[in-house]
This record gives sequence, structure tokens and C-alpha cells, in this order.
Amino acid sequence: MEALSSLIHGFAVLSDPMNILYMFIGIFLGVLIGVLPGLGGANGVAILLPLTFSMSPTSAIIMLSSIYWGALFGGAITSVLFNIPGEPWSVATTFDGYPLAQKGRAGAALTTAFTGSFLGAFVATLLLTFLAPLIAKFALQFGPAEFFAVYLLTFCSFVGMGKESPFKVISSMMLGFALAAVGLDTVTGQLRMTFGTVELLRGFDFLVAVIGLFGVGEILLTMEEGLAFKGKTAKINPKVVLETWAELPRYWVTAVRGAMVGCWMGITPGGATPASFMSYGLAKRFSRNGARFGTGEVEGVLAPETAAHAAGTSALLPMLTLGIPGSPTAAVLLGGLLIWGLQPGPLLFVEQRDFVWGLIASIYMGNIAGLIVVLTTVPLFAAILRIPFSIIAPVIIVICAVGAYTVHNALLDISIMLIFGVLGYVFKKLHYPLAPLVLALVLGDMAESSFRQAMLVSQGSLTIFWSNPLVGSIVTLALVMLSWPVISLFLQKLRSPRKPDAPVVAG
Amino acid sequence: MSNPIEPRERTVSVRLMELVVAGMFMAAALLVMTDNWRIGARWADDGPQAGYFPFYVGLIMLIASSVTFVANLMVKEGRPSNFVARSELTRVLQVLVPAAVFVIAIGYLGIYVSAALFIAAFMAWLGRYPAHRIAPVAILVPLALFFMFEVWFLVPLPKGPLESWLGY
Amino acid sequence: MRKSKQSPLTSTVLAASILAVAGWSTSARAEWKPTKTVEFIVPAGTGGGADQMARMIQGIIQKHNLMAEPLVVINKGGGAGAEGFLDVKGSKGDPNKLIITLSNLFTTPLATGVPFKWTDMTPVAMLALDEFVFWVNAKSPYQSASDYISAIKAGGPNKMKMGGTGSKQEDQIITAAIEQTTGVKMTYVPYKGGGDVAAQLVGQHITSSVNNPIEAVAQWRAGELRPLCVFDTQRLPYKEPIANGKAWSDIPTCKEAGLDIGYLMLRGVFMPPGATQEQVDYYVGVLQKVRETPEWKDFMKTGAFNTSFMTGKQFEDWLKKAEETHRSLMEKAGFVAKS
Repeated sequence: MEALSSLIHGFAVLSDPMNILYMFIGIFLGVLIGVLPGLGGANGVAILLPLTFSMSPTSAIIMLSSIYWGALFGGAITSVLFNIPGEPWSVATTFDGYPLAQKGRAGAALTTAFTGSFLGAFVATLLLTFLAPLIAKFALQFGPAEFFAVYLLTFCSFVGMGKESPFKVISSMMLGFALAAVGLDTVTGQLRMTFGTVELLRGFDFLVAVIGLFGVGEILLTMEEGLAFKGKTAKINPKVVLETWAELPRYWVTAVRGAMVGCWMGITPGGATPASFMSYGLAKRFSRNGARFGTGEVEGVLAPETAAHAAGTSALLPMLTLGIPGSPTAAVLLGGLLIWGLQPGPLLFVEQRDFVWGLIASIYMGNIAGLIVVLTTVPLFAAILRIPFSIIAPVIIVICAVGAYTVHNALLDISIMLIFGVLGYVFKKLHYPLAPLVLALVLGDMAESSFRQAMLVSQGSLTIFWSNPLVGSIVTLALVMLSWPVISLFLQKLRSPRKPDAPVVAG
Repeated sequence: MSNPIEPRERTVSVRLMELVVAGMFMAAALLVMTDNWRIGARWADDGPQAGYFPFYVGLIMLIASSVTFVANLMVKEGRPSNFVARSELTRVLQVLVPAAVFVIAIGYLGIYVSAALFIAAFMAWLGRYPAHRIAPVAILVPLALFFMFEVWFLVPLPKGPLESWLGY
Repeated sequence: MRKSKQSPLTSTVLAASILAVAGWSTSARAEWKPTKTVEFIVPAGTGGGADQMARMIQGIIQKHNLMAEPLVVINKGGGAGAEGFLDVKGSKGDPNKLIITLSNLFTTPLATGVPFKWTDMTPVAMLALDEFVFWVNAKSPYQSASDYISAIKAGGPNKMKMGGTGSKQEDQIITAAIEQTTGVKMTYVPYKGGGDVAAQLVGQHITSSVNNPIEAVAQWRAGELRPLCVFDTQRLPYKEPIANGKAWSDIPTCKEAGLDIGYLMLRGVFMPPGATQEQVDYYVGVLQKVRETPEWKDFMKTGAFNTSFMTGKQFEDWLKKAEETHRSLMEKAGFVAKS
């Protein structure tokens, strides 16, 4: 097989000790960047891009992509430990990861997150190795209407759950949409809801809001409970990794689904963040444990992490083969390629064999190395929870402030973060759900602009959303997802004479 | 929260808080609606105008929060409920007030010095740690951040007089 | 593993600290030099053309040790770049701040009404000009600009879909100019970035684009896109064949093709207002050295940039003219915000 021999060639490129060294440096830096909220994968890679100038393009991309893998791994750490998503795609990881840590199972949550990430990346890399040209063509099918359909699907597979008052769910979600709309409207170039202030020009960033709502809000809640001054009794158990691994195989359906959702979202390119939400939503809906999601289910960590990492990895595919950035990080890497004098695009695979296959080989190696690095640190990170609250709380707030600042280099964002913290605290106490707000904030902007782009293309006709089999089936699937609670009720009625379980698996 | 409330722990009722928050949602919704009506919220020939979606987002928010508001108005205050106990509120403010001071101080002292002071104050006040345990944390954490951001990653964070005296 | 090879990071850290010390001891000399880290502001997000160029410059300066103090890139892209420009405008007299510009230097204040203009800053130098090329999908029947123009005219309003980056910015301005020339309205679909636009054209979701060369060159080489003409007064100077034996220099100008439109995007560097001549001279010197490096020259060639370099009076005159051009183009297109 041609791909296989190319891959072996790739490993030969990688076997240069310098490249391996760069890989490890990259992973280390990436984990660091992933842990620090705000300094996201895209920012992190952009910041370190100029450092790679004196390297060969192959070494440079190996190091930079390793930073990306590291960041993908690292984002989960603070989500689990402190309820602060280190990266946008680890927001969904907090939903079950943090409750797990609160139950004293931080080690299990971290192990699951890392293992899930690795599985997702592995599946995506296999795809990248053997099906690259085929899939590249598929990505080209995506115009504005298809993009909107994907966002709609993400949304519909996530909403419609929870025990909160539906009016509060709607209020919270609409607040998210409204905040997402502040700033410059990309379609018409008009300013919306800036009220003449300079500071509102940049709008409300998702990460700033999330650091406040989840991270600071959680600290306030912990303070209120008052039992905070002692450290949590997380025991350091070196065998936690093996024990968690023994538990994971029973969630293989969730892992496979997560990997598929991730690959699909990475290629299309919807991105890692929507992928993680979609995968979490689907797992909650179709898993046997679905009802217990949000209270600390291992499966609820596995689903978003697998999808996020699969999406992050497969986002490289359209970047390499078509020059389409599948994610903000991929956009920066794309810029890197140009700076190193390489031209991404269909010919890259032919002209730059060393580069492409060296990169692909480094994805395999980088993820294995990354997994080893992060897994060995699991007991260490779990031990952080034993630090007394009166030491760790101010440190967390400082790190949150740094994170909020680095998103846009804006001082006001730190204050906004704090306000979101108070908001998060009050919302939590009054049972306004935060997840719909966050999802609306992250998807609102993208969904709206792709909808309006589609409207421009079709000159205001909604039929564009059923104009071809691809967009039609995604939109229809989304609507099915939205009405799923009704459908599943109906299915249960049909089946009720027989046994009530047998979960439905959706692709 | 269902236990009877000691009078001195009383702050505001959950119902009042619900009304306030729903009211704030309604106010925000009205603000969103008026500003987007101004820039155009109709469906033009080539699709929705810039204010179309935000306007309806505001409208839905207004309706949903009005329902919450009215529902809470109708609820009779059967057993008294307390949004937060006074002692709890005190503890929350113990974090929130220093944090707010810290955030304001960043603008004047830079993030590193403010962070050192904030961590030190917090540990001394709430943790009652002795100085020799405070000093390492309060100094090393900002220092580590400084090296990571200013020297390694070359990401400038807000700096104050101390850093500029040091030549940064 | 050999010990002598340090990680790039540690060596940078070392270099930075050594340089910092060096900068300290030599600051007594008469010639002006930055005394602390210089911030290089990009009034756009990460991953775009301006960001790329800024990080390229940062990398070159680092690699060749062209500056005594480190240069750091900061993105302030809010409000179509207004955030970055207002920051520089407000940092009067700060010599440790630079900003790289896109066309949004002219378009953003006009389109949004946010108050800033180039005279609020100190012009340092024009680094290069970015070209615009008229592209169609290679599978489309249009072999030349005139083919496409006649198809636009024959098809009637909104038949042809032009994709571009952002709204009321350079791509849409060119589209408006084309509409004024042909007298037929096109549908303009705004996307987030140039790479997206090129991919959308390959996928035939739009019928044409005015991508910069660097955004679309890969697709041209792969035979997916076809250049029709370049929006410049003369042909591009790059004679190396790119695709099917054709070089950038083989693309006719749009004027030759009967579409008398020229548009170039400024890649210039500015400082905050109130900078002294010495300070400006220092940065001009650094940028000149950057231009001499092989990395920069390669980059210019890949992106088929117009390598004009201007400073001082000549640059100011150019800016004045460019501002006028933008104003009149945007007024004609109805893109100017009502105040």
C-alpha cells in the first residue's frame, strides 16, 4: 500500500533525534499552554511560531503540531481540577470532569480525558493516513448553507435536556446569543450593541465569559459552602490509571461515536469546540447513563474529549490538502507553512513528501508521547487538590485574570471575567443553566454569519437548506435531534410491552 | 435551605432575587431590542438585516424572562426562603472583595505586583498562615508567571512601575 | 543527543537576557534605541495576512538579531481593527509600539465611524503592497476577464457571486468598483478569511473572488483556480512559472482586459503619534535590514507582493492619495457610515 510505505518513510524522517527532541519540547509547552486558560492553542502556536524560523520546515511543523497536541491534552487538566476550561473545547469536559474530581475521582477523570483524547486523535490520524485525498474532496462540498446546517445540528443535539425551568433555559441561551452578537457584524460591517464605546468593539469573548462563569463562579460557590479551608481528600493512587483503563472498554460505543463526530467536525470544518458539545449531547441522549450525566460520569468526560481531539487532529487534513484552515490553530499553522516557504494545497502531498509524512508520523508519535507525558502526571495533578483552598484560591484567581487578559490583551476583560463570575454564582443559585448560555455564545456568531451568507447566496430563499442531499440530510437530522425527546417517548410507547432498555445508537 | 432561618442569617428571599434577576434579563432584552431595531431588524431582499437575529433574540429573552418574573410574583411567600445566609454571604464577599481590589490594582501596579499582594493578603487574612509560608507562594507564583509570559512566550501582560523600573 | 544543541526556547531565553543586558550598557550612545520590549500590534486576528507578515518580521528580527530588544506581536483585531488603531492613537509618545496596517486603516473609520485616521499616527514605512487578482474556478468557461465580464452583463443582477474577506473592506470595495464599471450588481458574500474564500471558490459555492496571490496560489498551482487579471497598473514582475507553464507575469492587468480598476493593499508600519525623527529612523533602519534578508525576499516572491518601499514624505504623499481613493470608492459604493 502506498500510504503505508509513505508512512514508514515518515517515521524515518522522524527518527532524527533532533526532531524527537522538538516533539517533546512541543508537547511540554503545549500542555503548559493548554493548562493556562486564555492562552489557547491558536494563540500559543502563533506566539511560538517565530521561534521555529531557524529550523527546517519539517522540524518546525513537528514542534508546532506537538504544541497543538499538548494543548489539546492540557485543556482538560484545569477543567477537571478547578472547573476552569483551559481551552474552549474543554468546556464540555467540565460538565462531568469537575463533579468527578469533587467526588475524589480526579485521577479517573484525568485518565479518561487523556485516554479519550488519544483515541480520538488516533482514529483521526488513521483517517489522515489512508483517506486524505478522498476526504479532502468532501470538505469542498461545504458552503455557507452546509456550515449553518452543521451548527444547527450541534445545537439541536445538545439542547432540550436538563431539569431546569424551560423559561430559564431559554433566557440563558438568548443571553448567550445576544452577547455573541456584540461587536462588529461580519456580514454587513455594522457595529452592533457597542453603544459608542471602544471597549465593546471586540465583543464578548467566549473564553473570558467561561473563565468567569465556571472558574470564578465555582470559587464563590466553594467559599459559600465553607468547607473549603481544608484540602480535598484526593488520595494519590499510582494505580488509578490502570483502574480507569479497566473501566473504559464498556464505553466503547461512546468513544467510537465521539471519534466519528470529531472527525466529521474537523473535516467539514466545524471545529473542536462544537464537536465536543455535540459528542457530549449525543452521549447524554443515547447512553444508558444519560440521565446521570452532569453528576460525575466517566462517560461524560470520555465523549467530549474524544471528539475534541479527533476534530483537532482531522482539522489538519483540509489545511494540508486544500489550504482551508479547519480551526483557528490550523489557520496559524497554515500561516507558518507559508512563512517556511511551503505552499499548502493539493500538491503538498506530492512535492513535500518528507514534510507531509514526517508530520503525519509525528502525529502518531506525538500523541503517544503526549499520552505518556500526561498520564505520568495524573497523580501529581490530582494531588494539587490537596493544597488548602486559602492558598490555591488566590492562585486560581490570578491565573484566571492572566487568562482573561491574554485572550485579547485587554485590561477590561479581567473585570468582565469577574462580573461573569458573580453572574455564574447567582445563576447557579437560581438554577439558570450555564451550558446553553456558553453554547450560544460560542456558536451564535458562527451560526448567524453562515446563515446570512447562505441567504445572500440564495437571495433570501430558505429553500437553500434543502437544495442538495448533503445540506438537506444534515438539516433534517438536526430537526430530528431537536424533537428527539418526543420521538423517544413515542418509541418507548411502542416498545413498552417488551423490555424497556436497548439503547439506540446513532451514527 | 429548607430549615427554618435564623433571623440574623436572613438576607433576601429567593423570590426577591428571582424577581431582580428576571427583571435584569428583561432590561437587558429591551436594551438589545432597541439597539438592534435602530440598525435595522427587518428581513431585506437578500436575507436578514444586521439587527434581525439579535432583535428576535431580545424579544424571546423578554418573553421568557417575563414569564419567570410573573410566575415569581404569583408565588405566595409560603415558608420564607433565604437566597443566601449572612454567614455564607460574608464568606463569598471575603473572596469577591479582595478579588475586585486585585483586578482594579492591576491597572495601576501591573499584574505581577498585584498578584503577589493579593495572594499574600488572602493567605494571611483567610488562611492565617505565618509569613514564612506566605512569602514563597506570593513571590514564586508571580515570578514564574513573569518568566513564562514576559521572557519565554513574549506575551506582555499589564505591567506597573516596578517592572518599568526594572527595564521591562 | 548532543549537549551543545540547546532547545530553541532556552537559547532564545538566553539571547533575550543577554541582549537585555547589552541594551542596558550601550544605551548611553547618542543614537536612539528602544529601551524595552517593543510591541508590534496587528489590527486583525491570528492567522490572517497581516498577522502572518508581523510574525514573519518578528521571526526574522529574532533570527538575525536585528534589534536589541525583543519584538512581540499582539493581536488587537476587535471592530475590524479599530481596537488596535485606537490603542496606538492613544499611546502618544510611546516609542516602543508599532502597528502593521491592512486596508482597514482607511476602510474601518469610514465604514464604522470609529474616529481614527492615518494622521493620528506617525508613519514609519511602507513595507510592501499586496496585489489583488481576479480569480474564477478553473472548471468555469471563463478564460479571460472579458469573458467573465460579458457573462456578468448577460446574466443580469445578482447572477454572479463574488466572495471576499470581511464586509465593506478591500474585497468588497473592488467588487463595488467592478459593479460600477459593468453596471451590473453582483452578490457579495463576506467570509472570515482569504483562505476560506479560495476554498469556497474551489467548491464552486461562489463564482469569483479577488483573493491576494498568497491566498490562492496553491489552488492555482493545483489547477483548481484560474487567474483572470491583476488589479494593478502593470503586470507582476515574477517570471517563474507557477502553473501550466504560466507565471505571475503572464496574468494581464485588468486594464488590459478592459476593466480599468487598480487596487493595492498597504502593508505599512506606523508608530504612535509624537514619535521623534530619530525613533522613526531607527525602525526604518530595522525594517530595511529585514527587507534584505533571504527569508523576506522568498516570502515576497511566494506571495507575489509589490515590493515598493517608501518612507518619509514620499510615504505620506502616498497615504494622502490612498485615503482619497478609498473615500471616493467607498462613497460611490455607499459604504460610508452615516454619522
